[in-house]
Amino acid sequence: MNINLTMISQGIAFAIFIWFTASFIWPPLLTAITERQKKIEEGLAAAERSKKDLELAQTRSTDTLREAREKATEMIGGSERQAAHLLEEARAEAAQIINQARVAAEGEAAVAAQRAKENLRDQVALLAVAGAEKILRREVNAQVHAELLASLKSEL
Amino acid sequence: MSTEALTPTTYINHHLSFFAKPLGDGSFWTLHVDSLVTAVLLGIVGFGFLWWVVRGATSGVPTKRQAFVELAIEFVDDQAKGIFHGDRHKFVAPLALTVFVWVLLMNAMDFLPVDIMSWVYKNVLGLNSWHSVPTADINTTFALALAVWFLMIFFSIKVKGLGGWIHELFCTPFGSNPLLWIFNLMFNLVEYVSKPLSHSLRLYGNMYAGEIIFLLLGMWAATGIVGTIFGAILGAGWAIFHILIVALQAFIFMMLTIVYISMAHESH
Repeated sequence: MNINLTMISQGIAFAIFIWFTASFIWPPLLTAITERQKKIEEGLAAAERSKKDLELAQTRSTDTLREAREKATEMIGGSERQAAHLLEEARAEAAQIINQARVAAEGEAAVAAQRAKENLRDQVALLAVAGAEKILRREVNAQVHAELLASLKSEL
Repeated sequence: MSTEALTPTTYINHHLSFFAKPLGDGSFWTLHVDSLVTAVLLGIVGFGFLWWVVRGATSGVPTKRQAFVELAIEFVDDQAKGIFHGDRHKFVAPLALTVFVWVLLMNAMDFLPVDIMSWVYKNVLGLNSWHSVPTADINTTFALALAVWFLMIFFSIKVKGLGGWIHELFCTPFGSNPLLWIFNLMFNLVEYVSKPLSHSLRLYGNMYAGEIIFLLLGMWAATGIVGTIFGAILGAGWAIFHILIVALQAFIFMMLTIVYISMAHESH
């Protein structure tokens, strides 16, 4: 156990190893570790962000869904109302058409009845004339008539 | 192990002796080749592994290998963040990582069974005395602690300026009254001496003691088959406990390194 040259040689070896570690081992590995830490940090931040985004999207989708449902209900109500209105209108129109038709038909019927009546009257007149003629033809006595006519002629 | 008679003393001495290579006159100019080679090899393996993983590192989903390395780095970084206020990534945290990984690997050499490794060193590698654990060599721990100590003074001067550092030596912790200068200086000197001593001796003492206990337990094998089994069980128990010591000492060494460097950055 005596101090000798070994101490100096070990010191030199130590110095070389310190230099080697400080220049070739520590800095690159530290860089790698620091970079990884940054990456992990960024990854965590991104995860947090996407979580928030997801929440936002969920609330938005719920809102949209609710809105759509409301709009659909509204639309159904509207169209029902419109359908009822249309039906009402159609009914009214139909009633009007029927009315018009009835009025027209009644008018036509009246005219036709009138015409039939007139026709009938004509025919009745003709029939009466024909009847009268027949009756007259049987009753007519040419002698008497000639006497009558002769008396008339004499009065002229 | 060796050709001489095997007594407890020779056994322990053999395991604790270094592969010393004299490079000049005097005991200072020797080199513990085993400590240096093992330490450098472990450093190359450890930091080479880290570098290999880091080269393929991705900021995306990491592989298991990368996740393991990142775990280690973030563990060290957490400690540095708690103690050091400033840009730790520039120097303090890499320094702490270097210390932790290297000391942990060097301490972990203690897990290798001493006698089997001794046999391998001798018969496979042809090395007669080879000491496995670099941190059980006081030269290694002193080298680390003194390097940190010099860094501490360097950063003190860099952050506060030379004048500021000298001012701090004389005027803290008791006050700037000229009568107190000498006491302040003595106090600071004691602190500056005790820091590297406690820093290095704590690690060295723990690892050295751990090794000695392994050796003492290993000597049960000399008493016969029952002793061998008993020693093996005790050795296993100590090895399990030693896992804690190895990791804990590496951690403490790293923490003290961060603390010392941080203290240098802060004005009192």
